[in-house]
Amino acid sequence: MSATTPSLPSRAEVLPPPTERYTALGWLRKNLFSTWYNALLTVIFSAIVVLLLRGFLEWAFTQARWEVITTNLRLFMVGQYPAAATWRAWACVILLALLIGLSWGIWGRNQRAGAIAFGALPFLLAILAQDEARVALLIVGVAGAVGFALSRWRGAQLQRISIIGWVVYFPLVILLISGFGGADGPLPLVTTNLWGGLLLTLLLTVVGIVFSFPLGVLLALGRQSSLPIVRALCVIYIEVIRGVPLITVLFMAQLMLPLFLPGVTIDRVVRAMAGIVLFSAAYLAENVRGGLQAIPRGQYEAARALGLNTWKMMLLIILPQALKAVIPILVGQFIALFKDTSLVVIVGLLDLMGIAKAVLAQPDFLGLQAEVYLFVALVYGVFCYLMSAFSQRLEARLSVGR
Amino acid sequence: MSRAFWRDDRFIQFAAQLIVLAIVAGLAFVLVQNMAASLQRQGIALGFGFLDNAAGFDIGESLIRYTNADTFARALLVGLLNTLLVSVLGIVLATVLGVIVGIARLSSNWLVNRLAWLFIELMRNVPLLVLLIFIYTAFFLKLPRARQAISLGPIYLSNRGVAMPWGEPTETWPIYLYIIIAAVGSAALAATGLRLWQERSGRPKPIVLPALGTFAAIAVIGWLALPQPPLTITTPQIAAFNFRGGLVLTPEFMALLIGLVIYTAAFIGEVVRAGIQSVPKGQVEAARALGLNGRRTLQLVVFPQALRVIIPPLTSQYLNLTKNSSLAVAIGYPDLFAVSGTIINQTGRAVEMIVVVMGVYLSVSLLTSLLMNWYNRRVRLVER
Repeated sequence: MSATTPSLPSRAEVLPPPTERYTALGWLRKNLFSTWYNALLTVIFSAIVVLLLRGFLEWAFTQARWEVITTNLRLFMVGQYPAAATWRAWACVILLALLIGLSWGIWGRNQRAGAIAFGALPFLLAILAQDEARVALLIVGVAGAVGFALSRWRGAQLQRISIIGWVVYFPLVILLISGFGGADGPLPLVTTNLWGGLLLTLLLTVVGIVFSFPLGVLLALGRQSSLPIVRALCVIYIEVIRGVPLITVLFMAQLMLPLFLPGVTIDRVVRAMAGIVLFSAAYLAENVRGGLQAIPRGQYEAARALGLNTWKMMLLIILPQALKAVIPILVGQFIALFKDTSLVVIVGLLDLMGIAKAVLAQPDFLGLQAEVYLFVALVYGVFCYLMSAFSQRLEARLSVGR
Repeated sequence: MSRAFWRDDRFIQFAAQLIVLAIVAGLAFVLVQNMAASLQRQGIALGFGFLDNAAGFDIGESLIRYTNADTFARALLVGLLNTLLVSVLGIVLATVLGVIVGIARLSSNWLVNRLAWLFIELMRNVPLLVLLIFIYTAFFLKLPRARQAISLGPIYLSNRGVAMPWGEPTETWPIYLYIIIAAVGSAALAATGLRLWQERSGRPKPIVLPALGTFAAIAVIGWLALPQPPLTITTPQIAAFNFRGGLVLTPEFMALLIGLVIYTAAFIGEVVRAGIQSVPKGQVEAARALGLNGRRTLQLVVFPQALRVIIPPLTSQYLNLTKNSSLAVAIGYPDLFAVSGTIINQTGRAVEMIVVVMGVYLSVSLLTSLLMNWYNRRVRLVER
């Protein structure tokens, strides 16, 4: 028998498959003109792309009136936020740059190309900007570089500090932006009706994430609970919220919260935030539940065998693993939340979309919808793209440990 | 029992549930009490009786007869039908476009592949609201007036919307509807018969084409046999400020439909791509080794397996599309949510209207889920 069995080559003889190399013509042939219908598709789509691109570029460089954006840039960014307090918004950005720089140096050492591109961004923007914005952008760039340098120098010791920094950052931002006390205090109060533009969009997102997270985790745990009443209540809440559009929840928060809590004046922004948090928590709960279901039974049994009670088991053994498993999905949900905040314009808030509407009502800039909404789309697009790029890196990094 | 009863696990669980229930019920009670008190102060009594009052406002477009003398309830029905119309059309079109995008994403043609990727990334990174308002204000409202309408063959584009030829029903139309029903019945009968024959003989028989043929034959013969054609085709004619004849779709409807379709198609494209990629390569190779050709491999081996992965996320995309259709309010299409907003403005009945609207969306969502779950059970792998 052994004589007829073909002998397997030893390890050394097995060569890796040859890497494919093409000439330019060969590449075209393989990827664009492999069959007659592929060639046809290539020709048709090239023609369409060329036509569309030419039309767009012609419009963008000759007809479009981009001054509607440049004149109103401040409105788009911070809305009616008082000029005397703009430094607070910049301070938030500078702190963020410092934190990103620190974290990049600690956790993203081998993403050097990305770091250079990202680090150069504030300086490039500073060339385009004017006056205060230019100075502020330069400080942002320097802060990022300082954070990066610090972490290269003392990365191991700073790990803990930067985690604490991220946790403290979000409450700090809200404190900085809203301020407290009278007009003569160090941080005079800025009422929420003055918050606007991209600033409001980002704040709605941040508040949505920070507050819906614990609520969502609690709901997920409740849905997995062995107590029938708790489980039923959580299921009802999650399914009702997931079955209705966000805009109805926002409307409910806007119209019914004042009825529910008479005597307490809750302003419009806070009502919108409440609506977003209530809505987002239900979706977050479902994502976290996915993570909980992925934990093998053995983990529960092992935790029990170690003598941990239910709360300790959940907090120390189950939740850390479950949350780690769903981090990429959660980032995806936060991107969706960021996009969804645009709906607050329907209940009359001046977020990025609200400002766009207001700008289009200016007599100087009537009928410039294409320019304004393309700019708004670009701003949303850049933020979403950065977040999803971050989540892909994170996913790659987290899967390394498995 | 050596342990005290309050240390017993069963007691603790029972007590915990009672406490949670008491907290939730207490909270609900306080909130409802507060609401009742505030409403009483404003002099509003809760109740749905007002739905029978005359609405007194006009609605831009309606599938059923509606005037401003009709009741609020009928206005809501108009809104609901508009929501359902745009959702159903949107779901069908988004599925078709989504499958094309998903397959394009897997194309071996580099250009097609990259364009599909670009389309998906563009749609996924921009809020739907921005897309809708952009399509509405920067495209449809910027089209020329009806007099200078852009003509694409018999279809006209103008700021009054899209005008296209349409069939006007005549007196024989109701009879023709019965003929169509009969044609569908016969086609189903033919398909069942052929399938039974295929199963008995064990040989592949053509099923789809004969069934379609049966349907077409009866439909055509019925059309010709009637004394008067059931539909007369009218083409749009440019009148003073608007079109006469044909079907005119408003810019609001078209912007909403196009926005929902391309936005959802990008997500469906990713779902389809993931589904097809989830079928192991070995399955295709095994099918080819069994002698199936390319078409039969796709039809009998790849699609049935991909479908199992595709259906659940596809369901949630359908639900998203239906819920997203409520953004119609931002561009002035009178869907359920927009109509209810008008009613709230007119009557101040916020609580009742929110309850109605949420209830309707919830029912539609549940119905869609039920339907798709039933279909999912049908295509699911039967394991023993």
